[in-house]
Amino acid sequence: MGNGPEPTVVVDDLHVVYRVYGAGGDKGTAATALMRVVKRQRRPSVREVHAIRGISFVINHGDAVGIIGRNGSGKSTLLQAIAGLLPPEQGCVYTSGQAALLGVNAALLDDLTGERNVVLGCLAMGMTPQETKDRYQSIVDFSGVGNFIDYPMRTYSTGMAQRLRFSIASAKNHEILMIDEALATGDANFRAKSHERIVQLRGEAGTVFLVAHNLAEIEASCNRVIWLEKGKVMRQGYDVPAIVDAYLEATGGEPRKRDRPADSEHSAAE
Amino acid sequence: MRERARDQGGPGTLTDDLAIPEIDPSALPDEPLAELAARYRLKPSAARPGVLAYAGQLWARRHFIVGFATARNVAMYTEARLGQLWQVLTPLLNAAVYYLIFGLILNTSRGVPNFLAFLITGIFVFNFTQRAFITTSRVMPDSLPLIRALPFPRGCLPIGYVLIELEQLVMSMLVLSVIVLATGEPLTWYWLLAIPALLMQAVFNVGMGLFLARLGAGADDFSQLMPFVVRTWMYASGVMFSIQTISSLRHHPTLTYLLQINPAAVYISLMRNAILQSQRNAWPGSKPYNAANCALYHAATKGPRLEFSAYCHGTVTMNGLWLWGIGWAIVALVVGFVFFWEAETRYGRG
Repeated sequence: MGNGPEPTVVVDDLHVVYRVYGAGGDKGTAATALMRVVKRQRRPSVREVHAIRGISFVINHGDAVGIIGRNGSGKSTLLQAIAGLLPPEQGCVYTSGQAALLGVNAALLDDLTGERNVVLGCLAMGMTPQETKDRYQSIVDFSGVGNFIDYPMRTYSTGMAQRLRFSIASAKNHEILMIDEALATGDANFRAKSHERIVQLRGEAGTVFLVAHNLAEIEASCNRVIWLEKGKVMRQGYDVPAIVDAYLEATGGEPRKRDRPADSEHSAAE
Repeated sequence: MRERARDQGGPGTLTDDLAIPEIDPSALPDEPLAELAARYRLKPSAARPGVLAYAGQLWARRHFIVGFATARNVAMYTEARLGQLWQVLTPLLNAAVYYLIFGLILNTSRGVPNFLAFLITGIFVFNFTQRAFITTSRVMPDSLPLIRALPFPRGCLPIGYVLIELEQLVMSMLVLSVIVLATGEPLTWYWLLAIPALLMQAVFNVGMGLFLARLGAGADDFSQLMPFVVRTWMYASGVMFSIQTISSLRHHPTLTYLLQINPAAVYISLMRNAILQSQRNAWPGSKPYNAANCALYHAATKGPRLEFSAYCHGTVTMNGLWLWGIGWAIVALVVGFVFFWEAETRYGRG
């Protein structure tokens, strides 16, 4: 195409609705449940949470997009919808290929060993058994979980499980890569290692999404930022520092001092 | 239309509200976004492939399905001290309990030759379908974390669950073979017929598993109900008695026919006729019709004598059983597959 930007992700008036069971508002006894059925009422404990409420944007090839916003503003939900893991209630997400999501919630099979999880994860991503075999050792080495690879994943610490998940998911080259706080619980050594890997993946992937509460990381890695508030876009654009500052001001955080080296600082937005 | 809590926000929403500006139209291209996406050949991320393409995707993930089933099977008993021994112990104990109740305490053999082998074959074969039905009706809610973490054709999950049960069944069949031989049944070439019978049953279970997985994805009430449905079905499928010779059904030929062609009864009968010579020889219609001998069966005073029923006309012939077996398998697979595929993009909703 050559002339002008080439879109890789188009989000068109996206709405995502979660159904949550077991929310409050019910005494939870058999008698109240019976009365509800008799009176033909809906279960009050089923709540629908309108997590994404009409979002539209166009992302181009080569963009690295930071997504910021407070807890519960819909950041993770948006990424899941782009990856096609959460179906939209209304609107549509168009992508140039399968988007890969590295997230904190990417739970694999907890009662299986790390080794089984690596193999099954690779196969589920569509690798052949031979490719899986070839990559296996490098995945385990990168994760650094060592002897724990033979233990069930439920015995892993949060950080170890996350490292293994990141290693599995990043073993494949993806056209669209989305990272959802995937590195928050890793130790310093692993963060450095994985940062390198992300930079490498960004080179290979056309488009990267990054969700992080660490705004220094957003400013260092992204050329574009989307600020979500209650499932809607508050601000978005290519002027990353200006939007980050506006976000900090609105949420009561300290303004960032940009003369310091970016990686020595972790500004708390919450 | 459902009412939607539009203004409740998500969990964790803070109370201090920020005014959210309307979408700035200058940030978006002039043309409709759908047309823009079409121009650059972008595809909806939650798009559903065609039926055949979907089948192809499932086939491409066959290594994942097999690996998933095997790993789950191995992990199933890791918490138990006896470990994998339970794969053999579970069917053995099952057989022992049923034999104790129906064979010894109630003594309900009702003239069925080699009742122990008859009973245990029925239980093991039915157990495959029973377990497959109950687990697949829960597979989608149980796998929600996996569904929300990785993109793969969701049909892998119910198929994988049926495969888990099939692997367990293979273990049960080994136990069954030993029991059957120990009760004095001969090892014959007919035993090979057990393989196509099991394959047909497995196909039937996959089809029904896909069907039930979609139903179970909608509401939890369904998977709560499933064990009762399946247990009722078990009592109607001749697991503990012989449908074609039970005295209370003798004057209800239509009902007898319907019970005999129900899929569970078909697969159980096929298996029994394959590995139990006593059943094969007693199956109504398996010997040339002989009015005198048939009358002897009907007139037997001390309860029905199944061995004489072989001289009567069968309600369903052996060939008929095979045709019904194939038919049920194909119908279940096609209907279940299409039904599951229709909702492919909606499974992550929870």
